[in-house]
Amino acid sequence: MIAIVDYGVGNIRSVVNALNRAGVVEPVLTADRELLRKADKVVLPGVGDASCAMAALRDCGLAEFIPSLRQPVLGICVGLQLMCRRSEEGDVKCMGIFDTDVVRFQPADGLKIPHMGWNSICDLKTGLFKGLKEDSYVYYVHSFYPQLCGDTIATTTHGVAFSGALAKGNFYGTQFHPEKSGEVGAVIIKNFLGL
Amino acid sequence: MVAKRIIPCLDVKDGRTVKGINFVSLRDVGDAVELGRRYSDEGADELVYLDISATFEGRRTFCSLVEKIALAINIPFTVGGGISSVDDAARLLDAGADKISVNTAAIKNPQLISDIASKYGSQFVVIAIDARQVDGRWMATTHGGKYPTDKELFSWAREAQERGAGELLFTSMDHDGTKAGYPIETYRRLNELLSIPVIASGGAGSIRDIADVLADGCADAALAASIFHLGEIRIPDLKRELKKLNIPVRI
Repeated sequence: MIAIVDYGVGNIRSVVNALNRAGVVEPVLTADRELLRKADKVVLPGVGDASCAMAALRDCGLAEFIPSLRQPVLGICVGLQLMCRRSEEGDVKCMGIFDTDVVRFQPADGLKIPHMGWNSICDLKTGLFKGLKEDSYVYYVHSFYPQLCGDTIATTTHGVAFSGALAKGNFYGTQFHPEKSGEVGAVIIKNFLGL
Repeated sequence: MVAKRIIPCLDVKDGRTVKGINFVSLRDVGDAVELGRRYSDEGADELVYLDISATFEGRRTFCSLVEKIALAINIPFTVGGGISSVDDAARLLDAGADKISVNTAAIKNPQLISDIASKYGSQFVVIAIDARQVDGRWMATTHGGKYPTDKELFSWAREAQERGAGELLFTSMDHDGTKAGYPIETYRRLNELLSIPVIASGGAGSIRDIADVLADGCADAALAASIFHLGEIRIPDLKRELKKLNIPVRI
């Protein structure tokens, strides 16, 4: 059973659709701890403001619970940011699974913010990127980014180099949207489901 | 480095794509889902679906089409046409659209941009501006260039950005359909003025035109309809040529 954490933040249809395309017929949308504990894999989506998302996760009583999960967990976009130590967006303390902070892109000459569109990932590590070439393109939409750290498993550059993806133990996160990243994204989702 | 995006635009009426479409291998050229998938397979970076239905029934059909597109397509897509309220936008978001574009309704009611952006985020709102030159000034028009307005392009684009639009889709009505190229200098000025991405639309007749607006015009993306639909430019060829010219593209 594949569970998507449903904590009332944003639109999770695109994640459901991507799982459907990967052959997961009915992913379970839930905030129930027992169900999440029993799931084979857990996806933590998220869009919008990180501090609001973190507050929503706390309200569901999941902020302490998610770090205790033992199966593979994939955070996407703001879902990944909540797995970092803290975010500059609303200056909020997050779950602290990944050993890094989330900060805002600094305006610079010619740098568009939000970072929106297709960008490449390099220095790929772990089975999440199995079968993918260095400098594959993935789809990003964000204004805040996780800094590079020892848990970085993919690096992207937009003015600065940042963590395109992170992993620690059973926890994985992508700042990009695998569900919108064409065939490359489909491979990443398949790889996650196969972990 | 962020890749420059190539975006085919599909017009949809009563749930089916219209305009001359020249894909010989498609079983049903009116099938918006299959056509979108075909473009996606060819390397399109994003898709735009414009609803040109004029009826309530047509709009409802469009919404259920958006659901099918969202299920079938794994790249981002924008939907536009007739969005005039937060509720319209919400319905399309729920159906699975990644972004919506607003044009005429935002000119009549600029607050619409602020309302949609504050509720769903700037990344969800594309401001589309159709403008033409009047006595040397670029003036926005409504209803696809039909009616003039008193909104000047640069100040309106700036206002839209400040209200929370996440991207600008600018079409020159003086160039649209001419296949004589884009107003490069205008795109360059928009790029200097704005921090949000700018999508160029209308006027491309050749790969060179698209290369020019992406390189010299500094546009972040190029959108086109008939040159792709009629097979005059194929996306894989276009991207290969752009790459040769050192324009960053996703291949």
